[in-house]
Amino acid sequence: MSAPHLEVAEAPTTPGTELGSPATGVAVPGTAGPPAGRAYAVARLEDVPLGEGRAFVAGGVQVAVFRLRDGSVHATQAACPHAGGPLADGQTDPDVLVCPLHLYGFRWSDGSSTGGVGRVRVYPVREVDGMLVVDV
Amino acid sequence: MGGPGVVGSRVLGGRPEGLTTIAMDDDDLDPRARLVVVGNGMAGARFVEEVLERGGGEQFRITVFGDEPHGNYNRIMLSPVLAGETHEDDIVLNDHDWYTDNGIVLRAGVRVERIDTAAKVVYASDGTSTAYDHLVLATGSYSFIPPMTGVRRDDGSLLPGVYGFRTIDETRDMLAATTRCTRAVVMGGGLLGLEAARALQGHGMQVELVHAMPHLMNAQLDAEAGAILKKSVESLGITVHLDSLASEVLGSEHVEGVLLKDGRRLDCDLLVVAAGVRPHTDVAVRSGLEVERGIVVDDQLRTEDPDVYAIGECAQHRGSVYGLVAPAWEHAKVLADVLTGTDPTAEYHGSRTATKLKVAGVDVATMGVNTPQRDDDEFLVISEPKRGVHMSVVIRGDVLIGATLLGDTRKVAYLTQAFDRGTPLPEERIRLLVDLTDGKEEVGVADMPADSQVCNCNGVTKGAICGAVADGCGSVGAVMDRTRAGKGCGSCKSLVKQVVEWAADGDLAEDPAVSYYVPGIPLAKPALMAAIREQGLRSVSAVFAALAPDGKEDAKSKMGLTSLLKMIWGTEYVREKDAEFVNDRVHGNIQRDGTFSVVPQMKGGVTTPAQLRRIAEVAEKYEVPMVKVTGGQRIDLLGVRKEDLPAMWDDLGMPSGYAYGKSFRTVKTCVGSDFCRFGLGDSTQLGIDLETRFQGIESPAKMKLAVVGCPRNCAEAYVKDVGVVAIGNGKWEVYVGGAAGASVRKGDLLATVDSPEEVLTLTGRFLQYYRENANWLERTYDFVPRVGLAHIQAVLLEDSEGIVADLDAGIQRSIDAYTDPWGQDGKEPASPGQFASSLPLIPLPKVPVR
Repeated sequence: MSAPHLEVAEAPTTPGTELGSPATGVAVPGTAGPPAGRAYAVARLEDVPLGEGRAFVAGGVQVAVFRLRDGSVHATQAACPHAGGPLADGQTDPDVLVCPLHLYGFRWSDGSSTGGVGRVRVYPVREVDGMLVVDV
Repeated sequence: MGGPGVVGSRVLGGRPEGLTTIAMDDDDLDPRARLVVVGNGMAGARFVEEVLERGGGEQFRITVFGDEPHGNYNRIMLSPVLAGETHEDDIVLNDHDWYTDNGIVLRAGVRVERIDTAAKVVYASDGTSTAYDHLVLATGSYSFIPPMTGVRRDDGSLLPGVYGFRTIDETRDMLAATTRCTRAVVMGGGLLGLEAARALQGHGMQVELVHAMPHLMNAQLDAEAGAILKKSVESLGITVHLDSLASEVLGSEHVEGVLLKDGRRLDCDLLVVAAGVRPHTDVAVRSGLEVERGIVVDDQLRTEDPDVYAIGECAQHRGSVYGLVAPAWEHAKVLADVLTGTDPTAEYHGSRTATKLKVAGVDVATMGVNTPQRDDDEFLVISEPKRGVHMSVVIRGDVLIGATLLGDTRKVAYLTQAFDRGTPLPEERIRLLVDLTDGKEEVGVADMPADSQVCNCNGVTKGAICGAVADGCGSVGAVMDRTRAGKGCGSCKSLVKQVVEWAADGDLAEDPAVSYYVPGIPLAKPALMAAIREQGLRSVSAVFAALAPDGKEDAKSKMGLTSLLKMIWGTEYVREKDAEFVNDRVHGNIQRDGTFSVVPQMKGGVTTPAQLRRIAEVAEKYEVPMVKVTGGQRIDLLGVRKEDLPAMWDDLGMPSGYAYGKSFRTVKTCVGSDFCRFGLGDSTQLGIDLETRFQGIESPAKMKLAVVGCPRNCAEAYVKDVGVVAIGNGKWEVYVGGAAGASVRKGDLLATVDSPEEVLTLTGRFLQYYRENANWLERTYDFVPRVGLAHIQAVLLEDSEGIVADLDAGIQRSIDAYTDPWGQDGKEPASPGQFASSLPLIPLPKVPVR
């Protein structure tokens, strides 16, 4: 059986995001990635429901963007460093993001894990004129 | 109190060259206060350690006087030294170099004779005087020698061959004596006497034990336990004489025997007197301090002189004198806090003494009282004299006030916790003493090898848990956070707890969060439910705002709160998608690659050709990588992309099977009476009716049911959260609390009823009672034994709490609030991007296609 959605996926634009590469390695840009600090408007504010997260592609890098109920916004790599879980599907509070697969927590402050499974990359994100802007 | 020290000349913990003290001139320029400690035993030395730990080396010039010439050694370990099991060098705690290295002046072998509390000076046996600013008396105890004719010579010294059992010198002398003596009498059937008897017997001596009381270890054990201990001791070859007092010690140059009050004569060439100890208070008495049984101190261990303190066995606090090391160490901590200013208000309020010992090769643990003292005290005793095991607990008003374990101390860590903390006790009291399992014999945690795996989900071994405890994790929760033990399926949690308690040996911080329903709200479930109702909190964010510390959200609490609010409010619950776990957000079970599984409802496991045809078409249309028949008698479509879910539901046109939630899952059935030639009841229809009534209802953990048409149990009803079994004549048995997952447990028979309608009613009552009272993620197989089947029967069958009508109304409220989530969100997403991919650059599914 062939899976038609394989063909839908875009060709990668970021080194390290080749098709079939392990999810853990995908979201972290390679050393030859796009210039640091480049800003991308990834979505309108209302595209991310309050308290939830959604994933977007910013300059060829998939990022998970979160709006917390305290008004803050955060962005991390999209795949969990532990087993590639979809972090945008995780639950959040003012301190941590919790991956839905094995419930490992990651601190917003520096991306470090509360359960010792490495670190997620944290990207600067802000709201500009109703748009969510991520620096990748 | 040494006997004639002919053998023990070497200084234990001394320097090789024999230098034992360093004379240091009192430096008048030193601004530090002078701290003088009298006594270099367990209490005194530990106190000095505690002071140093608090930076006291900067504050104080410390001088320690020790009656014995040795460094500080572990007196508790003298028994194994006497038995030849431990070398004396291995019981040294702090050798002379340690004192020097820490800038402490040790005056070993120098006895303090008198204190001038007015001038603040101590006078020692070597003629020196030492000034102090703070004085700590830690003089300990001495062996009590009962008055017996001939026990002392004219000069007051003990007759040769007679020994106390208190110091290393006495121990050395006895060890030497074992080579030339053949018959020993030990006076005293307490801990020390028993230890001495066993040690000497181990050296091949013929040993007789004389005890004044009617049973052994009478201070700790009741008569029955004492009798069992006597048998164990006698089986070692030691003769025990109870109710016997010695009146005379025979022999003029050396002991030849003892004469008992009843006229019997016991011959011996070695006599050990272990008839108790007395606090060493001579110095305090001579110095005019208040002394009763011990040196009287207040809650800060201060004597009546404000600069003189007393700790350890010589101190009497609130009328109690302790002969154990644990209280002495508590004294040392409190006093170090006070004197160093670390906590000037620190106070000691007495010790609850729990002891764990090995007496004459027999494990003994005691705490609190050993017999009931009031009419309504509960007293449970398990006595197996043949096996040498005796266990008892005393309970007052649901609190453990005493326990005695003899011969089997596997439950000591658990009991110590319950005793120290007053933690809740199991309704079945016998569980305090034995692990009741329906299956294989459980291995005690103490006997488990370090590499045996405790948490299979996260691969955590007993060794790793012990390592976390050793590294300072002071609570079960902290250990679980560190190691992730118990954080998978959760079935090992109680074992993790046992290992942690064992590893910490009772030294665990109280973890208040254990009783919380969810970690982020400091309330147990009943209080939390009451607050939610009283304050009308209908959403998870409202609960955090009103009840969390600082109103702070907690990610790991949201799922449990969502479940609870749905249960309490039904249709009035205010839904917040972010408070839901992803499975509940998109109504499918998330898989390892971020895809989901789709399980349509198939009530009672009964399907039709049309339904199968439709499922087949949908599976092909969406290239579903795997189609699998589940354990719950349904069909699972695995590996579905999130963005395909709404269209798939639409094409299926079937309600959700709720195979993803902490909720009512399925009802398995057998073919029952319609087809099966053995069927006694229409299990298929009853299963369908149960699923129709309770579909989708959220609960603390998943609820899996089954109905079988006869006791052959083809649909495994005996191992379900609720299992129903037809037994003929229109009767049905309802079992609860069964499981065949990570834990396997046969359900308990809740009741036998007469009709399918009664099954539906009783099932609803049980499920609601479980929903309202179980902890978050507590399956029925833990809940039912915890609450107790008898209690559940009383509540549900006899309405003992008058809540049956409320339970019926509560479950009906949830039944009325049921909606099919697929039909609802499939048409109109509940939030923007509800079904958007969360890994947009990763082609899914990544699971293998079969």
